[in-house]
Amino acid sequence: MTHPDRLASLPAAFLRVGGSSFSDFLADHAPTLLPGGAGSGTGSTDTIEAPHGTTIVALTYASGVLMAGDRRATMGNIIAQRDIEKVHPADEYSAVGIAGTAGLAIELVRLLQVELEHYEKIEGTTLSLTGKANRLATMIRGNLGMAMQGLAVVPLFAGYDHQTAGGRIFSYDVTGGRYEEHSFHAVGSGGFFARGSLKKLYRGQMPEAEAVLAAAQALYDAADDDSATGGPDLMRRIFPVVSVVSADGYRRLPDAEVGEVVERLVHARQQRPDGPAAPLT
Amino acid sequence: MSVPFYVSPEQIIKDKADYARKGIARGRSVAVLQYCDGILFVAENPSRALHKVSEIYDRIAFAAVGKYNEFENLRVAGIRLADLRGYSFDRRDVTVRNLANAYAQTLGTIFTETSKPYEVEIVVAEVGDAASDDQMYRLTFDGSVADEQGYVVMGGSAEAIDATLESTYADGLELGPAIALAVNALASDTAASEKGEPRQITPEQLEVATLDRTRSQSRKFKRLAADRLSELMTSGG
Repeated sequence: MTHPDRLASLPAAFLRVGGSSFSDFLADHAPTLLPGGAGSGTGSTDTIEAPHGTTIVALTYASGVLMAGDRRATMGNIIAQRDIEKVHPADEYSAVGIAGTAGLAIELVRLLQVELEHYEKIEGTTLSLTGKANRLATMIRGNLGMAMQGLAVVPLFAGYDHQTAGGRIFSYDVTGGRYEEHSFHAVGSGGFFARGSLKKLYRGQMPEAEAVLAAAQALYDAADDDSATGGPDLMRRIFPVVSVVSADGYRRLPDAEVGEVVERLVHARQQRPDGPAAPLT
Repeated sequence: MSVPFYVSPEQIIKDKADYARKGIARGRSVAVLQYCDGILFVAENPSRALHKVSEIYDRIAFAAVGKYNEFENLRVAGIRLADLRGYSFDRRDVTVRNLANAYAQTLGTIFTETSKPYEVEIVVAEVGDAASDDQMYRLTFDGSVADEQGYVVMGGSAEAIDATLESTYADGLELGPAIALAVNALASDTAASEKGEPRQITPEQLEVATLDRTRSQSRKFKRLAADRLSELMTSGG
């Protein structure tokens, strides 16, 4: 990081012309600071035990896009953390949810946040939403070596696109493949159950309150069938993280607001444990 | 065999300094001043694309005069340094003092080790939780640093503008009056004083930004667009 001969003067890498990418700058100047930078290339084929994040859902609604995640991180059969935050703002108009190896994923989110802010400060303008999604794809691809050792990171990215004036969702695979999703998507170990649930509950152009309820139902269904996904913890008052991104920017819903929705949901499930019934036709 | 022409080190340094000063004196000026809610940057700059004032980090901003490509180079380096520190440590560990030090060393090295010095003068400032915690550092082409209080002026007519501000500046001004004050000062430059009356500067010719400690976001830097500016200038002027 520092040059021993010129301790305080800025090294040449800082003064290099061009380049508005922070991760490229890191790769060039301080590669050990990249997520997994110190660990990749150990050559070992053993898998490493590390906490995993589980289920993230995202859906578009009337004024943008909503992303929600449960609060559990697991390590094998152990609950590593009960109140982990897996949905984060990437910048003012986008959100990123993390599933997979928690430690690497949190580093990746931090890097993405700096990357987007760095670009904005240097260029004086923000990246397009697709541009942001592509940057994230490149970072995931950079983690492929770690993914081969079982430390995969599979985030979900969503944001408000000023050009189309609506929310958009992007999903990824471990190789950095980027896929745009329509209407809704879910990732993580409970993602399949959540997606099945959303399939029945999702309506286009839902108001925010309904979208929050649909996301909470989907996460409840995921926790119902997947042991690694945490359900709402009414004793400790730990509720899913729910964030919305609209033309007004990123906003994490206060716990009190989500708690109220969850309590109503749990109450309804006491009558019908499988949740709302969808009409057959 | 011809004897190489001898130039004394003093002369070399003096020539370089004169060269840099001349380059800086060609450009329009920038004023940086403290107001009640933070730090205000006012630059006379008709360009919408080439900024003289910009954000470095949450609480830190940068203003420069002189040769664009040279101070742009320093600006980008500053953003890289701040983001690298913030990423490897924590956001609170990015300080303007560290940045000013890095700039001073870099400018000093360039001044002594290369034949062409940078023709730039820069101010880096950090807004604190209270006015007494605000910090402003002025850095010149040779790497010298000055810790400033109240206001700083750099650029072509810095002396004339400085004189105007000295008689009009007061601590704890509101934003509107502070902008009006800075614009009046910028208009009283040498070109104006030769004609005897201040020039007219329209909001479109200005680049204005603030580091506003009352902003709820962690990023305190904010640009003021021309329409907002004319609103503030009429209310405060």
